[in-house]
Amino acid sequence: MSQTDSSNRAPLVRVENLTKHFSVRIGAYGETKATVHALDEVSFDVRRGETLGLVGESGCGKSTAGLTLLQLHRPTSGKVYFEEKEVTGLSEKEMRPLRRRMQIIFQDPYSTLSPRMTIGNAIGEPLWLHELASGREAQERISRLLNDVGLNPAFAFRYPHEFSGGQRQRVCIARALACEPEFIVCDEPISALDVSIQAQIINLLQDLQEEYDLTYLFIAHDLAVVRHISDRVAVMYLGRVVEMAPKESLFDNPLHPYTNALLLSVPVPNPRKERQREHIVIQGNVPSAISPPSGCRFHPRCPLAFEPCAHEVPEWREAEPGHWVACHAV
Amino acid sequence: MSVLLDVQDLQTRFQVRKGFVYAVNGVSFQLDQGDTLAVVGESGCGKSVTMLSLVRLLPPAASIESGQVLLRGEDLLQLNLRQLRDVRGGEIGMIFQDPMTSLNPFINIGTQMAEPLIYHRGMSKSEALARSAELLEMVGIPDGEARLREYPHQFSGGMRQRVMIAMSMSCEPAVLIADEPTTALDVTIQAQIVELVKELRDRSGVAVIWITHDLSVVAGIADRVIVMYAGYIVEEAPVDALFEDPRHPYTVGLMGALPSLAGETGTRLTTIGGSPPDLVDLPDFCPFHPRCPYAIDRCRKENPMLEPVIDASDGGHRAACWVDIREVELEAGAAAGSV
Ligand SMILES: Nc1ncnc2c1ncn2[C@@H]1O[C@H](COP(=O)(O)OP(=O)(O)OP(=O)(O)O)[C@@H](O)[C@H]1O
Ligand SMILES: Nc1ncnc2c1ncn2[C@@H]1O[C@H](COP(=O)(O)OP(=O)(O)OP(=O)(O)O)[C@@H](O)[C@H]1O
Ligand code: SF4
Ligand code: SF4
Ligand SMILES: [Mg+2]
Ligand SMILES: [Mg+2]
Repeated sequence: MSQTDSSNRAPLVRVENLTKHFSVRIGAYGETKATVHALDEVSFDVRRGETLGLVGESGCGKSTAGLTLLQLHRPTSGKVYFEEKEVTGLSEKEMRPLRRRMQIIFQDPYSTLSPRMTIGNAIGEPLWLHELASGREAQERISRLLNDVGLNPAFAFRYPHEFSGGQRQRVCIARALACEPEFIVCDEPISALDVSIQAQIINLLQDLQEEYDLTYLFIAHDLAVVRHISDRVAVMYLGRVVEMAPKESLFDNPLHPYTNALLLSVPVPNPRKERQREHIVIQGNVPSAISPPSGCRFHPRCPLAFEPCAHEVPEWREAEPGHWVACHAV
Repeated sequence: MSVLLDVQDLQTRFQVRKGFVYAVNGVSFQLDQGDTLAVVGESGCGKSVTMLSLVRLLPPAASIESGQVLLRGEDLLQLNLRQLRDVRGGEIGMIFQDPMTSLNPFINIGTQMAEPLIYHRGMSKSEALARSAELLEMVGIPDGEARLREYPHQFSGGMRQRVMIAMSMSCEPAVLIADEPTTALDVTIQAQIVELVKELRDRSGVAVIWITHDLSVVAGIADRVIVMYAGYIVEEAPVDALFEDPRHPYTVGLMGALPSLAGETGTRLTTIGGSPPDLVDLPDFCPFHPRCPYAIDRCRKENPMLEPVIDASDGGHRAACWVDIREVELEAGAAAGSV
């Protein structure tokens, strides 16, 4: 939550028309080949020191965006730049020094830690992998990292099963921080945790950002959390980013009909407001990414859909300064 | 007027290798026709086990140690299994969190929907199928008749949850128990399901028990709320009173931990430090005390009972706490203590 104005900062990460398709087999016996359009022609940047929130419903391609950006998936097409240097197409060896600077924290703190490795070793592993520290120095780094994430350094010798979900997520964060990254993709880091523990982790991520000038791509489906932590927010629908803006503009003045519907669907923790609120609910289900609708992918559910929507892909354009949107009606 | 469902002093525990897990510790609540009661609390606090105990859908390791579950005055805990089967899916309908595990993947939707109608309502197969098609349309699935021949995997998550709701409502239950029915769903679909249940409730007068950990959903659907902690009800209140005047420190902590879509964003979220309790012993202290910023000596020695709160704006507001938290000024940051 760097409340400082990040709008004139340089982009640390930039993606251009990033596309990722998966080939899958469908049908009862896997007899048919099909293509999942997980990510289609997505462009955005993340500025140094900011948090860009990435929201959208399940399956819309948020994780794919994060993984492809980090080159953990090979993109089908499109480009990724880190500090204006193109990283798409780099060999694994050329990528290595960059990997240290770009990390990821996953959703599920239960399955990402190896049950047979002490948490000290789990946190230290990136240190030896990247040959950053060893021996005494590594031990000291591990202690400091545990301390940074609010865990007792004596925990280094314990195993993951001895910890709660919130504590394990702290371990994962410490591990991601171990090689002093500048950029972290946080892929739903709190979705698996209880509300009370969620708040601890959000506060922690914000403190660490301030202390180490970290840049986050924060993926989540909880809009209230994203509003709390982000500087800017990008909204995805079925493989495409449909709107991106500073969070105030996005939440106070959403331009895309899907963003609007999403915001109106979120219940608010206030019974009087809930009773008055008009529950405009978008009808229908999220269509399949295997055969996404033509034109604007939101058109079958869009209350504003009109003639061109079913045929023409709306252009991604800056409707207001810093406020990007793809919709024929805006 | 007598209450529809009256649960008294329900206690359920699990036999484990080293003793017992005390999952539900003396839970009492009442429900009237048309009421919606929300049950909230963090993972493992006993929400599901409480509701499963009402109809004795418990694993073998569980035993109900005491209590009464009076449905229109009749104690469900005294029924034999056959009578109980008539109640489950008849007078009491149920929706579970994961619709995929509650639907059989190998049987088409129509057959699954028809079964309770044949069993509880004595319909013929064709009557039951016709009614099932109507029910599908009622929950917003068009082409009900054609879709009866389809299998669960051909439905999306939101549609499967609609099917579950249609099934749970098919025998016109008096009480509908919904255990986190929207947790696995997207917000736009969640909003559809919440609206659907409200509409069905208003139309049929069914009383709803809605289990969730999402306080925002509670705000939109509940008349009254029960907050559970460590197998106890620690606060019970009409929904407005709970949100505007929470009295139990745990409830206060839950509310503060929620980021909102409206409020300030520069602020830090308050957190409830520490970890959830271990349920291996019945405590003779307040189970929340290790995490409670208001704790006093007494909290470590005696477990408070659920009692009406002082200066309640509503008679039905009760809390289990030794301290009147309105009179305590916390030191700055005390509520934000972390691990
Ligand atoms: N390895 C893969 N092979 C085939 N399809 C995939 C693969 N990974 C993702 N997909 C598909 O790509 C689409 C986008 O998936 P992705 O995991 O990026 O969504 P998401 O927005 O992160 O969803 P969630 O909120 O549920 O995590 C989905 O339709 C998914 O089924
Ligand atoms: N088969 C079992 N054996 C032993 N303990 C159990 C068993 N099933 C549940 N429990 C314990 O009973 C307690 C209450 O569980 P319950 O499922 O009611 O929690 P809950 O409030 O529904 O949580 P959630 O929000 O995660 O669904 C938990 O602490 C759990 O560990
Ligand atoms: S382009 Fe058309 S269908 Fe798509 S969001 Fe805009 S108005 Fe709706
Ligand atoms: S009884 Fe004491 S420890 Fe328990 S909630 Fe009240 S103040 Fe806190
Ligand atoms: Mg994902
Ligand atoms: Mg449960």
